[in-house]
Amino acid sequence: MPCEVADGVAIDIHNAVVSYREDIALRGVSLNVRCGEFVGIVGPNGAGKTTILTIVNGMGKLLSGDVRVLSESVGRGNGHSLRKRVGYVAQVENIDPRMPMNVREVVMIGRYGLLGLLKRPRARDWDVVDEMIELVGMSHLADRPIGHLSGGEQQRVSIARCLAQEPRILLLDEPTASLDWRAQSEILELVKLIHNTSHLTTLFVTHDLGCLPVACERVVLMKDGLIWDEGAPHELLTDEKLSALYDMPIWAVQKRREEAALALA
Amino acid sequence: MISGSSMSSLSGEALTDNRGWLPDKLIPRNCAIRLILTILLILLAAASIWGIFQIPYTAIQNAVFSAFLAGIACSTIGVFVVLLHMPFIGVCMSHAAFAGALLGLWLGFNPLIVAFGFCLLAAAIVGPLADRGQLNPDTSLGVIFSLMLGLAFLFMGLMPGTKSGALDLLWGNILTNRLSDVILLAVVTSVVVGVVVVFYKEIQATVFNRQMAAAVGIASTVILYGVLFLTGATITASLQSVGGLLIFSLILNPAAAAYQLTYSMKRMFILSAVFGVLSGWMGLLFSYLLDIPSGATIVITSSLIFLVALIFSPKRKVKGWRQEVAPDNV
Repeated sequence: MPCEVADGVAIDIHNAVVSYREDIALRGVSLNVRCGEFVGIVGPNGAGKTTILTIVNGMGKLLSGDVRVLSESVGRGNGHSLRKRVGYVAQVENIDPRMPMNVREVVMIGRYGLLGLLKRPRARDWDVVDEMIELVGMSHLADRPIGHLSGGEQQRVSIARCLAQEPRILLLDEPTASLDWRAQSEILELVKLIHNTSHLTTLFVTHDLGCLPVACERVVLMKDGLIWDEGAPHELLTDEKLSALYDMPIWAVQKRREEAALALA
Repeated sequence: MISGSSMSSLSGEALTDNRGWLPDKLIPRNCAIRLILTILLILLAAASIWGIFQIPYTAIQNAVFSAFLAGIACSTIGVFVVLLHMPFIGVCMSHAAFAGALLGLWLGFNPLIVAFGFCLLAAAIVGPLADRGQLNPDTSLGVIFSLMLGLAFLFMGLMPGTKSGALDLLWGNILTNRLSDVILLAVVTSVVVGVVVVFYKEIQATVFNRQMAAAVGIASTVILYGVLFLTGATITASLQSVGGLLIFSLILNPAAAAYQLTYSMKRMFILSAVFGVLSGWMGLLFSYLLDIPSGATIVITSSLIFLVALIFSPKRKVKGWRQEVAPDNV
């Protein structure tokens, strides 16, 4: 189910260049992701991690280069149809506590793109929505106004909304940023569970190494709009590499990682 | 929607079930009272329409219909303005319409067409600023707003002869509305309500979170500019009745009042329209009885409705509301 692509390549980015105003966000990035793969993208702020996700779902504008997602070339015109098959979870955002929407309605938004214009949600759509709310463990809050939830709960709702879309590819953009430790580890467990059961192709962006799920098979290190290195997590995430990636002395990296290990223990 | 209502009644949290038009807390679902109330309301509406036609003065008939239509159109637009957190856009556009109408009067064109053009011009400047999001648009909006007001008074100063037409556009005079004004309002109101009904789910997603709506494949930018276009049309059509300086209150106040009272977006649209019509009719009544400009009375009535809604808002105490709904979860 996860991909339905003949050659087994879910995402193929070739020499992508993206620029916002004067800044160049990506300076010629090539990345190939197989179906069902879980890729972690790690790097300091401003490295171009989020930009990679935006060119995969067609929200970012390519200056040059070529992006193929699910065997379809991403360009003008097919952005909307592509986004229906690519789920995107962003960082926790502040939601007005008075917002007149409840959790089930927010999760249903995930199906709106699939439904298309002029179609109302049917019983089956509400069934999928309730199933996904159950999966992320939010059934007891399903009728709450969305603005009344905590950051961790809102992020679970975002993931449920994304899954209600029945996507082929899952893009997670710092889903654990600004959450407390417990909420972080719960979200990571959830991401792992989803990947293990559905084998969705997943791109997981984070600047925080402690927040890379165990499911991660391959890590891409990014810096200054370029892919700096990639490989298996245990090979890449060494103190030397990280010290160069984040421009920090080795002892500082070691100290941070020890603290992280203590926190996770 | 069918499975939705059955699900929530199963889970026993009927209070937050928001798929009906009456709160389930007050009147249970599938109840005879509900049916009777609906029929009574329809009868009441029919009777009042019949009653309006019994009034011998067409001016008052036109005013009653104009207040009804402007109330619905403005308050529906208001829901977007409140939920998209862009009240200043409405202010800018209503002042642009006012300036445009005065330019039209001065040069001898149809003031409403020029007003609509100015509205769209303001939307074209302001829309991209709001769309980009990361940039705080307040400063640029302030510049455009004051420029429009300046232009309006410039055109008014240049206008020769009597300025009563200009003053009508400033604070509105619903009692001078002709049949053509009513027809224009009826067309605009039908389009606004029709768009909300037909594109409800796209609109709901867009006002909740534009980036998210775009990420699931909804053309949220098209929806946003569509809303701005409808805002311009509504302001133009209501200009004669409520006036360029005051119209923004009729847009904002009913929606802001409804926002205080409900956690359901559908109910917010309906409540807002009810408050809008109520403001229009009560304002009209006061205007008629006390012989003061209708725009002023309509705006003051809508402000009072907002004040009352604020006082009785369950949202002021979020904690208390939580306990009331689901004491076992807190």
